[in-house]
Amino acid sequence: MTLRSATFAAGLLATALAIGLAVSLAPVHAQPAPATTNRDSKDTRQSGLAQMSPPLQALQRDDSQNPAMLAVQDGQALWRTPAGTSAKRCADCHGEAERSMAGVAATYPSWDAASGRALNLAGRVNACRVRHQQAQALPVEHADLLALTAYLGLQSRGRPIAPPADARLAPLRAQGQALWQQRLGQLNLACLHCHDQRAGARLGGALIPQGHPTGYPIYRLEWQGMGSLQRRLRGCLVGVRAEPFAADAPEWLALETYLASRAAGMAVETPAVRP
Amino acid sequence: MATRALIHLPDNPRRGDVVELRVTLGHPMENGLRPDGFGNVVPRSLVTRFECRLDDQLLFATDLYPAIAANPYLAFFLRAERSGTLVFEWTGDHSFQHRETRPFNVRA
Repeated sequence: MTLRSATFAAGLLATALAIGLAVSLAPVHAQPAPATTNRDSKDTRQSGLAQMSPPLQALQRDDSQNPAMLAVQDGQALWRTPAGTSAKRCADCHGEAERSMAGVAATYPSWDAASGRALNLAGRVNACRVRHQQAQALPVEHADLLALTAYLGLQSRGRPIAPPADARLAPLRAQGQALWQQRLGQLNLACLHCHDQRAGARLGGALIPQGHPTGYPIYRLEWQGMGSLQRRLRGCLVGVRAEPFAADAPEWLALETYLASRAAGMAVETPAVRP
Repeated sequence: MATRALIHLPDNPRRGDVVELRVTLGHPMENGLRPDGFGNVVPRSLVTRFECRLDDQLLFATDLYPAIAANPYLAFFLRAERSGTLVFEWTGDHSFQHRETRPFNVRA
């Protein structure tokens, strides 16, 4: 039994029930919701941040406590470290990320004309590594890739998620929406059954969030570390007892593209903390 | 990657104030019991001791144990009596050692 399946088996009930971005085991205190991430008062979308306990919210909001900032520091160091046979640093082409990368992460996934396909932020980092640094692409969930995407995501913090209005992304977005609505697994649930129809309700004591990818990569307490949106989605698939897609399957990107359009206009929180 | 730490200090406390310090160390805290993805046991690697000093004066110390999660987060209080340099030191298995220093300025 692999570590992953052992972990899942051990926490089967919890995992199966915890189909949400925020799985809060601590009681969520009744208090006015913190400033929501959208300006339109008729907009009922809400980040998972709003459903966390006040101490956890404080943990995310204070950079001197947010454990994801450990990864951000790594990402900043990697940005300035030569990689691959070209020995180029990210900073050699892009300069200081605080300027050149401001707002960039909020526009992903976007279309990459050179390869003729859509890329998420991690895919873009890898494309840059292969094309310009002559380095190996990093596997998904590699600590360096999470660190770099967390560092890049931070440069968009507070900006609205702005999926590009690119017609070439439309088929992917439609595929993602279809997946969102498709029943999966032994529990025969689609994403929308929990995250659209029952968001805010409880499942096994945990609040079901609306499932907006506002803060990825996140530091999740359950993981004791950083993880990507793909890892989170994989957790949901295992939760409904479906077989997750392969690590490089196009379905992940389709879902990510659809979720970005669903969360368009909400503020980026990267790097977020979730329970 | 290099070991990293996050340290939350109050801004310019007044003399006599009781202030909270919060420290996070980036560390896997492997307890030596978990198998990795291939079924091999991951060797134990723990931070076993944390000490906080103001110059040479020991202010706070604690032992850490296997059940503590990765990236151990500690919060503790101290009474601001004098300025100096705060030294945070973590030690652990395989001669692990990490040290951070921060200036601590107390207003009269």
